[in-house]
Amino acid sequence: MKKNIKFIQGNEVCVEAALYAGLDFFAGYPITPSTEISEHLSKRLPEKGGKFLQMEDEIASLCAIIGASLTGCKVLTATSGPGFSLMQEALGYAIMAEIPCVIVNVQRGGPSTGNPTHVSQGDVNQARWGTHGDHAIIVLTASNHQDLFNITVDAFNLAETYRTPVILLFDEVIGHMREKLVMPEKGEIELVDRLRTSLGEGIDYHPYLPREDGRLPMSDFGGVHRYNVTGLFHDMWGFPSDNPQVVHGLIRHLVDKIENNVHQIARFKEFFMEDARTVLVSYGAAARSALHITKNRRARGERVGLLELQSLWPFPSHIVREKCASAQKVIVVEMNVGQILKEVKNAVDNPEKVFLANRVDGELITPTDIKSIMRLIHGKGV
Amino acid sequence: MERFRLVFSGSGGQGVITASIILAEAAVLYENMNAVQSQVYGPAARGGAARSDVLISEKTIDFPKVTHPNVLVCLTQTAYNMYNPIIRPGSLLITDSRYVKTESKVDARQRELPLYATVMEKIGNPIVFNICVLGALIALTDVVKPQSVVSVLSSRVPENFLDMNRYALDLGLEIGRGAKQIKKD
Repeated sequence: MKKNIKFIQGNEVCVEAALYAGLDFFAGYPITPSTEISEHLSKRLPEKGGKFLQMEDEIASLCAIIGASLTGCKVLTATSGPGFSLMQEALGYAIMAEIPCVIVNVQRGGPSTGNPTHVSQGDVNQARWGTHGDHAIIVLTASNHQDLFNITVDAFNLAETYRTPVILLFDEVIGHMREKLVMPEKGEIELVDRLRTSLGEGIDYHPYLPREDGRLPMSDFGGVHRYNVTGLFHDMWGFPSDNPQVVHGLIRHLVDKIENNVHQIARFKEFFMEDARTVLVSYGAAARSALHITKNRRARGERVGLLELQSLWPFPSHIVREKCASAQKVIVVEMNVGQILKEVKNAVDNPEKVFLANRVDGELITPTDIKSIMRLIHGKGV
Repeated sequence: MERFRLVFSGSGGQGVITASIILAEAAVLYENMNAVQSQVYGPAARGGAARSDVLISEKTIDFPKVTHPNVLVCLTQTAYNMYNPIIRPGSLLITDSRYVKTESKVDARQRELPLYATVMEKIGNPIVFNICVLGALIALTDVVKPQSVVSVLSSRVPENFLDMNRYALDLGLEIGRGAKQIKKD
């Protein structure tokens, strides 16, 4: 038996990856289907010298990790739809105050308490626009355990790089299923550490004064510098301001630092795309079914390809546009009523060629489901 | 090897999920194969019909669920009635003769095995029933080596219970091999 091979649930993979990335602090409130993340971290995190807190609810959970992040910790919370709804106000605060943190949403069926033990991808737009006001956000996803590990480490890196919350949008199938994980060696994946100010004690620190390169070095809260953090629009000292110039500058900064870097943030995989006439666009668990049917159709000589998205927001329009340019049909495979469909329609040259293959009954869309829909789209009947 | 597609079903508490995880883990950790295991969550897992899906293959596994099993295990009548229609015709269907009355119209190689009765007679503790079933399953399918399952058991089972589990596995292997002989006649 090789020591670095594990056979574990997706939620446990997320735990291993977070620890690999240097997680120091977790606060959360268990909820199906994300509970195993809390369960395993409650044991594993203290073993590594980190802190685990079970909170009274999800509002407190996100608030707690925001505070911990300010003090210099790498932080995580995990939840599902109903808890993610409760986190939206604090999520906006973390965006506004530019606090690195990682939030896992293992999606279940919604709205409301919905379908706790079944799969869904219904929170894609909630992750984008759940909190109010103009803002940008980074949302990542994965369809298998090896990718889930890498993308979780990536989430911590992007949170530090852009000083922003990053959302990991997984789903019940990926969270609960067990499959092989080859644990990367220490140092195999690069880790991004907190950018800290070089200013020492007694020298004025401006928490929101960007460097030449646009990045904002942080000072561990409670350390040598005193400064203000607020959800109100604020100046370079962190004090509230309604000066139109300050307000405009900050909102542009919050949006631009992410949207202008969509090329760096975009993550995707492609399968059999070289000469594909029909392109499936999918992500998360649905992408596994899409890949299955893609291989199946290829074996029969049909020119089908798959574009698997691993970053959903900022939406990688440039990638979708380029990859679907010579496709005759584009079929978005997702488990909602068409949340990424709209983005794909906006991205491609001709929205008329984009179709939806979906399922919203709590069951994972099957390769046969996709095959039937493909036949209909191609005018072949069922 | 043809892709192994198992639905392991029974009632909550029979160890259906545990046995299927042990099998899949044996394939991945000790036989260098790919496996995906998933299970039905919710009320079903708490006293109702429990179901666990396992796919084992030398190739990568994309779609993670089993729609038409080529091996079906049913440890209760409810599970048998519920899942026998989804089996791929002509495939292997294992039931326990104490719990399940099979129907001849089902198109499958049905093996009714006295696994529960044997465990109670030789060991006297139903806790290892699932491991006995697992023994019969691998004897009938050769999907993994018995030693691989023993290795997983050694890493998962408390030391005091290890001998009991190994004995249950051996009993299952023996019954399974016997049933395999019948098939050849």
